[in-house]
Order: sequence, then structure tokens, then C-alpha cells
Amino acid sequence: MFELKDFNIICGHYGCGKTNLSINMAIKAAEQGKKVTIVDLDIVNPYFRTAEYKSLFDKYDIELLTTNFAATNVDIPSLPPEINSIFYKKDRCIIVDVGGDDEGAKVLGGFSAKIKELEDYNMIYVINKYRSLSRTVEETVQLYYEIQESSRLKANALINNSHLQNLTTASTILNSLDYANELEKVLNIPLVATTAPSFVADELKNKINNLYLIDIFVKPIWD
Amino acid sequence: MSEKILMKGNEALAEAAIQAGCKFFFGYPITPQTELAAYMSKKMPKIGGTYLQAESETAAINMVLGASAAGVRVMTSSSSPGISLKAEGISYIAACDLPAVIINVQRGGPGLGGIQPSQSDYWQATKATGHGDFQLLVYAPSTVQEMVDLVELAFDKADEYRIPSMILADGMLGQMMEPVEIKEGHTPKVFDKPWALNGHKNSRPHNIINSLSLDAVTLEKWNIARYEKYAKILENEQRSIEYMTEDAEYIVVAYGASSRVALSAVYEAREQGIKVGLLKPITLWPFPKKALQEKVPTTKKFLVVEMSMGQMIDDVKLSIECQRPVEFFGRTGGIIPSVPEVLNCIKKMGGVE
Repeated sequence: MFELKDFNIICGHYGCGKTNLSINMAIKAAEQGKKVTIVDLDIVNPYFRTAEYKSLFDKYDIELLTTNFAATNVDIPSLPPEINSIFYKKDRCIIVDVGGDDEGAKVLGGFSAKIKELEDYNMIYVINKYRSLSRTVEETVQLYYEIQESSRLKANALINNSHLQNLTTASTILNSLDYANELEKVLNIPLVATTAPSFVADELKNKINNLYLIDIFVKPIWD
Repeated sequence: MSEKILMKGNEALAEAAIQAGCKFFFGYPITPQTELAAYMSKKMPKIGGTYLQAESETAAINMVLGASAAGVRVMTSSSSPGISLKAEGISYIAACDLPAVIINVQRGGPGLGGIQPSQSDYWQATKATGHGDFQLLVYAPSTVQEMVDLVELAFDKADEYRIPSMILADGMLGQMMEPVEIKEGHTPKVFDKPWALNGHKNSRPHNIINSLSLDAVTLEKWNIARYEKYAKILENEQRSIEYMTEDAEYIVVAYGASSRVALSAVYEAREQGIKVGLLKPITLWPFPKKALQEKVPTTKKFLVVEMSMGQMIDDVKLSIECQRPVEFFGRTGGIIPSVPEVLNCIKKMGGVE
């Protein structure tokens, strides 16, 4: 079963579901009694970002650190100095939601030296077979190496987050397993979990190793 | 291959254009449509097309004019302030009777405004995109799938009528992700373009594409001829989609992202026993006047919901010739109306509460 470490980095193709996964991880950790800090390091996306869920985090006493001007009209990729505090926090579970692709991972590159000094950390590459431009193993491998290059960090865990939003069924997820297994082999990064929304949990029982159930937090305001 | 995949609205617009046979894209980056240009920059070289980031919006739209004059399918995209910069070129394209697809992923205005979603360019798109007597075909998608479907239609109708067409989207639709089906590898419709500047090879008289008239009488004739074409479009191209209007006493009119909010509110109002439906214009020009007129006898009141201070409401009033009261609810500056806010308006309109 996948376990969070004290320091966790979530990266991947933009739109693969990193933000929703990060929120789930943060809430689960908080429910286990951990003190959690979630870091929205996305300097690319103007909307649909972790920082928009502040009130949800407040409910769980999760600390949110984000880029300056997140969710405002100011389109400037700047980070506040407090971001550096994540390397000095003791007894906290840190979850870093990185922006999509190599562009989004660039900001991580600036922290790579400090991250490498950490005793232990998860650097999770999130994959989604149903996401445009990461539908094949080849495309997903290519994307990974672009992220590795710009973040100057190597992933040590793979999470299969393949889904089709509200059209996700048990077979949507089952049909992504070959893709995920193949990526585990080609990238030589352990596949630590396959996610599934709670509404298909029963159908997937005993069919998937390391099943990680998630709730859907990231959705349009009219749903 | 046509299985469902997840795409951002901006990416879907780009891929749909490629599948519709668009081989040329000229643009200039602006939030919140940048992913569209980024997608084009990745894909166009792979399919033997041209992606060019111009030095300005003005340059990009004039490249569109040139490419269209040469007879190819061409597209540009921008967001509100960028469309204003393109307005002069769009007027020239319309004056030259050239087909092209222009995408506006609207953000808050006026001026530099903001980068959050908006629908405040309705007047610009439907009434006065540039100077002179002209119209654009304007399509308003409200889902990522509609974005895909309407891009191809926009190309086809632009070619059919020799008119620039616009996809009027908004930042929410451009940025959001939804499952879509894109028909890959189908053959797009090909239109004969005997007017194109593609080389006469000494076998025909040379073609001229021009918007300058040397005398007023000729210019008036051109304008009258163009309005004869517009009359055909007004007659044949009105499109709208209706939800639960069969027995509706109240009708909400909304397009794009605000129609998604309105639809959720209509469902909730129905659960509370209010006979309300939604009419969603798909074409903003030509405005679906006929569909609205048909509703007048059975409708007590109309409610228009927009992400603006109220622009489309004018067309609703004109369409029904002010025979029924038309109410309005809008948020602006990048704020999206919420379902409870719209539901509240429906309840007031229905005399509940």
C-alpha cells in the first residue's frame, strides 16, 4: 500500500489529475492526525489550482503555501519566500503540487539541491492514459524525461491516475493497467498505486494491487 | 480512432482545427488561450503545417488574411484584448469576403481587464468586431465537445459563405478539461475556391482580392451584395439547443459557460416544481430569433444569464419584439454566476419564495 513520506512531490502532465490527487493525499494525512502543509507550486495554470481550495484545507487544518498572485489577475510566476520554510518544518507532512509538464517542473529545479539533501522523499510521477498527449507509453516516457530534465530530480514512484472524469467506470481503470505496468518496466520506477474514485471501488475489489481510493474535489462550479 | 479522451478546451479547439484540415495557424500568446497556440506549435510541424508566432496580434491577423486569400484553411486565436488588436484585420478579411476562423477565449475587460473568464465581448463579436458594415458568423460552444464540433462547422460555413467565422468561448471553457471524442483521420469537406490567389499558370485571368473601392457607387454595390449573403445566413444558419422547454412557462437564455450554470439551476428549479427551460444559442450571429419567437405564446417571462453587465439581452428583446418581460442576471470582471444565484432569479421570476 502506498504511504506518504514526510516530503512528497507530485508531478506529471498538466491535466493528469495532480491537484485532485494532492488534495486527497493531504486530507488523508490530516485525517491520520498528521500536520500537513500543501504547496501549490504551479506557475503555469491560471485556473483550477490547489490554491482555490483554501476553505477546504482550513476545515482540515491543512496549511497552504502558494505562489504569489495565485488565482488573481496577475499572471506573474513568482514565489513567496515562505516556500523555503518547507525544508525546515519538523514533524509535518509536506505535499508539493507541481505545475504541469517540464514548464511547470522548472520551478522545482530551483529547489532540487535542497530536495536531494533530504533524508527521504517521494517524487511521484502521475500518469493518465486518457489524457491527450500522454495516451501512449512512448509519449508518457518522453514527458517524464522532459520533467526529469527541468526539475533535475528523478521520480521514485509512479501513480496511475487514469480516469475520464465523470465517465470513469471500473473498466476505464482496468483498461489502463497494461499501460501503467509497461511504464513501470520502461521507466524502471515502481508503480506504487492505481487510483479510483470511490464510486467504482466495489467493482475493483481484489482486481487491482495497491488501489488508492480518491474523492473528486476538482470540478466545475456548476456540478 | 475515436475513443473518448480528456482534453482542455484550448487543446480541443486546436486539435479540432487540425482535424478540420487547418494547416496554418498565426497567433500571439495571451492568457487564457495560450494552450491553444502551444498545442499548435507542437502539432503543426508534425503534420506539415505552419505554426507561426507573429510579432503582434496585428501581424498575425494579416497573415491570416494572406493565407486565406491563397485558398488554405487558416486560423488564429486570442483573448479579448488581443481580439481588439485584430479588429482592423478582421474588418479587412470580411471586406475581402475571405473565410477564416478566429477564436476568442474571452477574459474580463474592458482594457487589460483580467485573466479570469468573461463573456463581455458579445457586442464586439456580434455587432462591431471592426469598422464598417459587416458580420461574422459567431459560434458559442458550452462544452469541450461542442468546441470540437463547432470548429469544424465554423470552417465549413466560412468556406461555404466566404465569411470569417468566430468561436466565442471563454476562459472557463478554454481552461477546463472534459472527456471528448475527436474523429481523427476523417476527410474534411473541400470547397472549390476559384477566387483563390494560388497561381493562374496562364490558364485563367488573374484573381484579385481587395477591400479598397475607388468609388462610392461600387462600394455600395459590394456592401449590398454582402448583405444579400447575410440574409441567406440569417435564414439558414440559426442554431440553438433547448432543454425542457416543451411545457416551460419561463425560459432562461444563456450561452457558453453561463449556460452550464443556468442548466444546473433549471434542473434544480424543476425539482422545486417551477416549469422552466433553457434555450442555449449556438449561433450568436445569426441569433436564433426564430426559436425564441416560437416560445413567445407559451412563455410568461424570459431570464438572460451572462458573464457581463448585459449584452445578449438586447438580442433576446429584439427577437421577441419585447412581447414579454426579459429579466437579467450577470456577473462580470471574471466572476462566474453561481447555481444558487441563478436559481434564486428563476424562483423570483416564477413567483416562488
